[in-house]
Amino acid sequence: MVGTFDLWKVTKTTLFYLLVIFIVVESVFPFYYAILTSFKTGTDLFRVSYWPDSFSWGNYAAVLNTGSFPRNLLNSVFISATTVLLALFLAITASFALSRVRFRGRGLLLMTILAVSMFPQIAVLAGLFEVIRSLGIYNTPWALIFSYTIFTLPFTVWVLTTFMRDLPIEIEEAAIVDGASPWVIITRVFMPLMWPALVTTGLLAFIGAWNEFLFALTFTSSNDTRTVPVAIALLSGGSSHEIPWGAIMAASVIVTIPLVVLVLIFQRKIVSGLTAGGVKG
Amino acid sequence: MANIQLRNVRKAFGAVEVIKGIDLNIRSGEFMVFVGPSGCGKSTLLRLVAGLEDITSGELAFDGKVVNGLAPSKRGIAMVFQSYALYPHMTVFDNMAFGLTLEKGTDKDEIRKRVENAAELLQITPYLARLPKQLSGGQRQRVAIGRAIVRDPKVFLFDEPLSNLDAALRVATRIEIAKLHESMHNVTMIYVTHDQVEAMTLADRICVLRDGLVEQVGTPMELYETPDSLFVAGFIGSPKMNFIAGDKAKPFGAHTVGVRGEHLVIKPSDGTWSGTVIHTENLGADSYVYLEMGTEEPVVVRLDGVNNYKSGDVVHISPMDDKIHRFDAAGKPIR
Repeated sequence: MVGTFDLWKVTKTTLFYLLVIFIVVESVFPFYYAILTSFKTGTDLFRVSYWPDSFSWGNYAAVLNTGSFPRNLLNSVFISATTVLLALFLAITASFALSRVRFRGRGLLLMTILAVSMFPQIAVLAGLFEVIRSLGIYNTPWALIFSYTIFTLPFTVWVLTTFMRDLPIEIEEAAIVDGASPWVIITRVFMPLMWPALVTTGLLAFIGAWNEFLFALTFTSSNDTRTVPVAIALLSGGSSHEIPWGAIMAASVIVTIPLVVLVLIFQRKIVSGLTAGGVKG
Repeated sequence: MANIQLRNVRKAFGAVEVIKGIDLNIRSGEFMVFVGPSGCGKSTLLRLVAGLEDITSGELAFDGKVVNGLAPSKRGIAMVFQSYALYPHMTVFDNMAFGLTLEKGTDKDEIRKRVENAAELLQITPYLARLPKQLSGGQRQRVAIGRAIVRDPKVFLFDEPLSNLDAALRVATRIEIAKLHESMHNVTMIYVTHDQVEAMTLADRICVLRDGLVEQVGTPMELYETPDSLFVAGFIGSPKMNFIAGDKAKPFGAHTVGVRGEHLVIKPSDGTWSGTVIHTENLGADSYVYLEMGTEEPVVVRLDGVNNYKSGDVVHISPMDDKIHRFDAAGKPIR
């Protein structure tokens, strides 16, 4: 076989890369088209083209200078960041208890937490609305932080509990012998080892809060308290029949940028094998 | 300096009782080894002394003071774990200093000095800036021992510290632990192992545990020469003591006769017993001859130097008169 042209191998490689190209194009194209559209103005918008042939910042200027969009962006940043911090704090402490402290009803509690996340948003919308009204936080950022935290926690708690359960028990015991309190164990021993899990769940919680629409629409009523997804949906053109596609696309691109930046910052933190070397193996 | 007393200590996990009432007095500065087969409760007993498990009933006292409810860090103990249990994200220095940094009022220079002294003692000074994952197994275990030394404990606890090391390193580390005990003569050490060789070579006294109860406590030679039960006789010593029961033991007035391989002599004829050689092992300095003679397990004879017996040979053996252990039907010695 030496020196012969291996047709099968070439075919396999070709098919593999064709598949890769197909998957990449299929998943990236919608975003590419959104970016493309956001730089078009006027009637260009309705001319289908796949290459950037016209270029203008007009839509971006329009979105950022009109209405309350910058305010909405700040709302989104504040709400998402607070939700992530709150959810991670609660989830870390909860998962420590759920994975390391033996108490009656622990299994039941874990299952309940999972069950809570099975309800669709719409099912709890009315009840949650009443709760938020009675707490007096309707139409404030806290309404959204409150409801997002509720929906983020089950997932976060589950992931962190599973992760913490896999941390070697001897490391915790060594810390206990060294005189560490549970809080010291969590913050100085476990958290540095849990970076990958914290970053992953934190990022997912952020994206979830950032893109959420239904609660944001229901629990806010004024332009100044809305978050970006709702603001984009409510962007209106010159008349009720005109949909401002250019502005919507520009706003969408602006909204996506923080997520991309976050992922780029944190992806280098997501390194595996952080626990290597602590215990045998 | 700490004298440790256990008074009727029991530990149950739910309905399962693991430690079934242990009375033991560990003298100050002593090297005590807990040994026994797996599942005998020796690690649990160590964890009770450490405070990592709560004592179900009974009393544990350090120097006469009951410490049942005291947190591990308040008992003046340090522990070395089987799996090293180093903090993976901290350097060797930080691993060793962690306990001290948690104590209020210890200043940085003092911590540095103590860590450096311990590192010097264990010859790990060149690795102080490294992470655990950059060390070999033996080095990691030395760091774990160093972390324990730095805390300047009254009681040093070892939970099978050599089990994860390879054979050569195990012997080397064993010697280091023995030297450590000599240099820290006022520190009480408790060492858990299932390996009776470690127990024999390290211990001042050995505590043999079986099913959550103390089987016998004594110096290695006491256990070797005067075992208090069939179990201890069979557990201590390598190769295992030969047990000859039934009719062959009757002339000795015992239910079971125990003779160690090194206390059997091969005779040209007219031995006490005779058997067929089924296997021989030559180790150079000594050699083992395995005989089939109707006992539960083959009888082992230990000979000096190399032997020339072959499978199928019939040999006669006699025990040395003063080295015979006689046991009654309950497994208790007849003396």
